[in-house]
Amino acid sequence: MANNKISALIVDDDSIIRKIHKTMLERLFNIEAETVKDGKEAVELCRSGANFDIIFMDREMPIMDGAEATKQLRAMGVKSTIVGITTRAGGEDREEFLAAGSNHCFEKPLDRAKVEVVLREHKKFTI
Amino acid sequence: MDGIVELQRQLIDYTASLFHEGFLDEQFNQLQQLEDENNPGFVVEVVTLFFEDADRLLNELTKALGQPSVDFKSLDAHVHQLKGSSSSIGAHRIHRVCISFRNSCEEQNVEGCLKNLQQVKHEYSLVKDRLETLFRVRG
Repeated sequence: MANNKISALIVDDDSIIRKIHKTMLERLFNIEAETVKDGKEAVELCRSGANFDIIFMDREMPIMDGAEATKQLRAMGVKSTIVGITTRAGGEDREEFLAAGSNHCFEKPLDRAKVEVVLREHKKFTI
Repeated sequence: MDGIVELQRQLIDYTASLFHEGFLDEQFNQLQQLEDENNPGFVVEVVTLFFEDADRLLNELTKALGQPSVDFKSLDAHVHQLKGSSSSIGAHRIHRVCISFRNSCEEQNVEGCLKNLQQVKHEYSLVKDRLETLFRVRG
């Protein structure tokens, strides 16, 4: 019997954010979430064969930022839904993320309503 | 029985006042929603992590601003972290000061940064005190 749980990857350099987002996804949406602390780790994880339905990608990270990681993942052929998360309200980050290949871009922090927007779209893909 | 009801009322009033005074925002509510009998200490756990993180970051910021030549890039990176984590737990006033602080860093304005650092420390000690009180009451 196939496991119908949605799988997610949380990419953020802040341990508090990783903890909160992971708990939120699991408790409110029954989504299993792995976490890594930098864009480079996310790319390496996917390169090693890991697959995720949704990747929540923080923008500002020390080694490889979210837009660059998104670009690399798309170049590798990763088809996951990528959700960019930025701390800046201005449009630049959003444009950069979308241009890099992300499906969404939200302002931090992630909350229930934003995840619902992503899921509504995702369910469309899988039906 | 009356004692418990009174205590619950005080807890509700106290929590409401923290929102009214702008110490906490909606994000704190979101955290509380993630707590239940399976995950009872979640809010205290996350806030405690925040306190540890904030202590460390405030130390770094103080050190960085004490250098003869201020490294604004490094300063900005620390403020960015504090901004992110404070907004993630709903510490609204700290988050707001961090926004100004980042502007001061961008302008490479040392005086502005020093002022912002004082403000952040002040807001941090206020909200820490209130949250610790809240946790003592709610358990």
